[in-house]
Amino acid sequence: MNIVQPILKTENLRVEFRSKDAPGGVKVALQGLNLAVFPGEVFGFLGPNGAGKTTTMNVLLGFVNATGGDAFLFGENVRDPIARQRIGYLPELTYYYKFLTAEELLRFYARIFNIPKAEREKRIDAVLKLVELDHARKRQIKTYSKGMQQRAGLAQALINNPDLLILDEPTSGLDPIGRMKVREIIQRLKNEGKTVFFSSHELGEVETICDRVAILHQGELKREGRVADIVREYNCDLEQAFLRIIGFMPQAADSALVSKAA
Amino acid sequence: MNTIHAIAIVVLKEMIRRKDFYVLFILTALITLLMGSINIFNDASIAGYLKELALLLVWISSLVMAITTTARQLHAEKELRTIFPLLAKPVSRAQLLLGKFAGCWIACGLSLFVFYLFLGIVAASREQSLDVGAYTVAFLLHWGALAVVVAMALLGSVVFAAPSSNGTICFIVAVGILVLARHLNTVALQMDGVMGKITYAIYYLLPRLDWAFSVRQFLIFHDPMPGFAVWAQAMLFYGSYSALLILAAWLLFRRRALTT
Repeated sequence: MNIVQPILKTENLRVEFRSKDAPGGVKVALQGLNLAVFPGEVFGFLGPNGAGKTTTMNVLLGFVNATGGDAFLFGENVRDPIARQRIGYLPELTYYYKFLTAEELLRFYARIFNIPKAEREKRIDAVLKLVELDHARKRQIKTYSKGMQQRAGLAQALINNPDLLILDEPTSGLDPIGRMKVREIIQRLKNEGKTVFFSSHELGEVETICDRVAILHQGELKREGRVADIVREYNCDLEQAFLRIIGFMPQAADSALVSKAA
Repeated sequence: MNTIHAIAIVVLKEMIRRKDFYVLFILTALITLLMGSINIFNDASIAGYLKELALLLVWISSLVMAITTTARQLHAEKELRTIFPLLAKPVSRAQLLLGKFAGCWIACGLSLFVFYLFLGIVAASREQSLDVGAYTVAFLLHWGALAVVVAMALLGSVVFAAPSSNGTICFIVAVGILVLARHLNTVALQMDGVMGKITYAIYYLLPRLDWAFSVRQFLIFHDPMPGFAVWAQAMLFYGSYSALLILAAWLLFRRRALTT
């Protein structure tokens, strides 16, 4: 029997930060997180602000070292830069080198991946077409709108034809058309068999695109499973299910406000 | 190597597309040409003064270029958040630092070449001769000293929170070394006990940028040029000192948490 190995895995991942405000001077950002993302999945990583989503991504990308536990990409420990050879990453709201054109930006990142020159140019053409920036390829990035910059970001994440895409709130701050375009691109990547791991607060969007989700709250994994199963289990949409899973009860909050006002 | 090269090229493109170099060059050229156009008391040695002034302006401009270009590199990467997609690729922090160093140093070398070319043309127009060998050695020593300044600013950008504080401190240290370092041993001789020893230690620990600054002796006063062995040793010293500063920057930066 052929067992499918996860391409993204965390084992008892724990991250602590020094904080003057936290009791004992230590803030626990992640508490023993276990996650597994399999090839071809679109995996939504959900949680309210401060839940630990970005910290998890920071560990996966080698920006922050875990206090305990381990994280692996394609079986390689994330402490080794080679683990990042087959991934593409789109951070939330990044302003790329504004003095470069989109074409130059992509050429720069392609050189980092040692993509041969002939293939490099083909790849640049392909991703610029995919993100619909072909017409603006020779314009400096400083002249781009926010949506165009985000698509340039997506292009850089795709330059190495990655098997795993890590997207941190890819539609944040975009107008409805920009969001739709990014959503379409993710859908297209999914159809190509790419694995997408992304965080988002747009739960309607997550419900539409994702196969599975993990819900994080205060550094703890509250729920992991198929979107369809969660929706069926709670008999409501993903947004309502999410609120119940993290223990937020809007009715209770409303009545508390009413009684306080009275 | 490819990664370091790619990062260095981005730094070079930034320098070419920013106005800093052009402004500094035009200012230096304007001041030098203005001074050169004045004939004071029909003094024949005016060409020497003019060269001295131009060389001083080249030194100031090169320090400003080296420090401001390098000091903003890592800060801009963090502020604009470009460091995240970059380090999310198979790029180590050592490669990032080396790429930034190489880019800044080569950018400084290119601008310095233009400055020395201008200096040579101005001097040749007044003296009707040009010692190409002396200018080449002067350029190489100056560029070597700038490697130390660039490495120092890179280390500063890991240590200090703001590029402005890094730039100011680096500039004060570099000028301090250029002006005072050569006299520290004399000062140490006049001091007793521990303070004397500390001053001596500082004298030996400081990067000797003044070696490069002494090029004025053979460019302006036509003193005999140092032999190949002397300036090759100075270049080796600058290379080793820069490597130590970059190593220190890497030791501080390699485990530092970067939060998005």
